[in-house]
Order: sequence, then structure tokens, then C-alpha cells
Amino acid sequence: MNQHLLLQVVSKMMIPLIALFGFYVQFHGDFGPGGGFQAGVIVASSVILYALVFGIEAAKKAVPPSWVRIGMTLGVLIYGGTGVATWLLGGEFLNYTVFAPQSTHAAGQHWGILSVEIGVLCTVTFAMLAIFYAFASRMPDLSGEDW
Amino acid sequence: MMVHSLPILLMEIGFMAMLLVVALAVLRMRSLFAIVMLQGVYSLLCAAWFVSLDAVDVAFTEAAVGAGVSTVLMLGAMLLTDRDANPLPTKRKLGPLFVVIIMGIAMFYALGDMPAFGDAHSAVNTGVGAQYVQSTREEMFLPNVVTAVLASYRGYDTFGETVVIFMAGLGVVLLLGLNGNAGKWRAKPNGQSVAAPSQPPVKMAAAAKPVKTAAAKRKPVRRKSAKPKAGGTS
Repeated sequence: MNQHLLLQVVSKMMIPLIALFGFYVQFHGDFGPGGGFQAGVIVASSVILYALVFGIEAAKKAVPPSWVRIGMTLGVLIYGGTGVATWLLGGEFLNYTVFAPQSTHAAGQHWGILSVEIGVLCTVTFAMLAIFYAFASRMPDLSGEDW
Repeated sequence: MMVHSLPILLMEIGFMAMLLVVALAVLRMRSLFAIVMLQGVYSLLCAAWFVSLDAVDVAFTEAAVGAGVSTVLMLGAMLLTDRDANPLPTKRKLGPLFVVIIMGIAMFYALGDMPAFGDAHSAVNTGVGAQYVQSTREEMFLPNVVTAVLASYRGYDTFGETVVIFMAGLGVVLLLGLNGNAGKWRAKPNGQSVAAPSQPPVKMAAAAKPVKTAAAKRKPVRRKSAKPKAGGTS
């Protein structure tokens, strides 16, 4: 473990920044490049970096596999649920205007886009983690000279 | 047609040359670790090239998915196999070479039908595309047209994409299990069998005996296929 000391110290500083950048990409996606897909991958990569440096077991304590299972499904449900909500409010499937029909600056569209992007973020993050966990859990523990 | 300034033109030629060099290096290499890393480099070069084509959203995705996560996932998959690729006999390279040459000729043939870069009269820049670009500001009040098209105008398609990613994750989880505990298959990197997954779930302990017998049954089968003198009929 000691041979990775430098990596561990540097990663510990980097991981929160990477996750924070992911959320910036998520919520700034309406104004700049980015959105749910990119943000989801960036947030997942912060967890994956943690797993690479501190070990898969530590990562599974931080983000348990049960969260991964639920989060992956929840994202699709949020996206689909947004569509169903527009239905119930009397519009077409995924027609966000019904969220705020009187708005003059398309607030309904903004709410709808925010909602579906959160769904995308959820699914992408946890699907990436699911694939990583599935492969990494079968990986042998490598000693340093094995590389 | 849009005319590039000379520095950008040189930069694009440079990117294409580097992509070609990396692709040729991947072809020549046998070490899977180096190949996976070079694939990451290839993705990153692609991302840089997309930026120079003004496709920042695509470049962002390519850098995050192609160079970042998929490199790690490929490494994870590689660790479960051997570290070096087996050299192929030349006879088995001829078929793929033939397919690649035919595909290349077909693509160069189709190149004549492609619109020029930045052509204002191409199918993409007229019709519904132009309509989205014009109406985003009035209907959405959003500066990023890509987000408006992706999440609102084309919300159905994005829903489909989200479901596809969900299905990909679900498929891997169903096949391998989140804790690496689905099925009895164990990786044998470099011919060495690996111990049981680092944290076997508690439930497995109760059912340890049937699993063990199943593993014992499988072992001779594997040896049979390795040594035909044991009477393997496969």
C-alpha cells in the first residue's frame, strides 16, 4: 500500500474536485457544453478513481452496490416519470410546457429539461459504476510488480 | 464552403496524422495493456479534433467516455485475461484484410455524396435543423441549442438512449453480478486461477457445499479439453 502513497494523497485532493466538476457540467449544461451524459460519466469516474487508488472494497463502502442497483433504475424512472407527469398535467408525453404554461420565459421547459437531465445523470453514473463493479469485483488483487 | 485559416488546417492535418500513427501502433502491438492505453490516447486525440471542428459537446463526451471510463473498463476486462495477445497466423489475417479493403473502397466511393464541411445548404443545416437553431432562443430561452434539442425537441430519443445505457448496465449486472458473484466462472489471468471474489456474500457460505461440488465436477472437464489423451469427446 505504501508504494501508492503519493497517488493516494493526490487523489484524495482530486476526487472531490472531479465530482464537483461533474455537478457543474450537469447544472451548467443549459448554458455551456455538457449535460447529463457527460456529468454522469465524470461523477462515476471520481468513484472509479477512488476504487483504483484505495481498493474496490473501500469504494463499495462509499457507494454500496445496492445504491448502484437502485440508482440505475431510479434514473430511468425519473425520466419516464417526467413524461408521465406531463401526461397527467394534460400535455403530450415529455411536453414540458405544461409545467408552467403561463410563463413568458419558458420556465416549464427549464424545469422539464432539469428533471430529465437529473434522470440521465442518475442512470449514467450508476450504470457506469455497475459495469465497473461487475468487472473489478472479479479482478485479482495485484501486487505492485505484477504491472 | 467554409475556408479554414492555415493554422487550423495544419492542426487538423496534425491530428489526423497522430490518429493514423496511434492506430498503426495499436495494430503492431502485442501487449494488451499498451493497446488499451493507446486506445485512450486515440479517444483523446479524437476529442481534441472534435474541438477544432467546433463540436464541443461531442468532444466532451468523447473525452469523458472514450478516454476516461472506457479505458478503465477495458483495463478491468483485460486484467481478467492474458496480458499479451497471441500472434495470429498470416492465413487468418487475409479475411479481415479483404473486408477492410472492401469497406475502405466503399467509404471513399460514398465520400463524393458527403456535403462539404460547414455547407449551409446541406440536409443537416436546412429543414428541421435550421428550425431548431432559430426557435430555441424564442421557445426555450436557452443559450445551448444542443441541450435544447437533446432534452426537449428530441426528448423521446434521449429517453431511448437512457434506457439503452440502463440496459447495458443491467445486462452486465445480470451476467457478472455486482459483487462478481454471479455464476461459477472464475478468471484465470496468465493461466493462474484467482481466489474467490474478495468479499463473498454471507448467503454463499450456507450454499458452499453444492458450489464446491459443482466446481470439482467442472475441473476434470476443463482438463479433458486441454489434454485429449484423457478421452475427451469434444
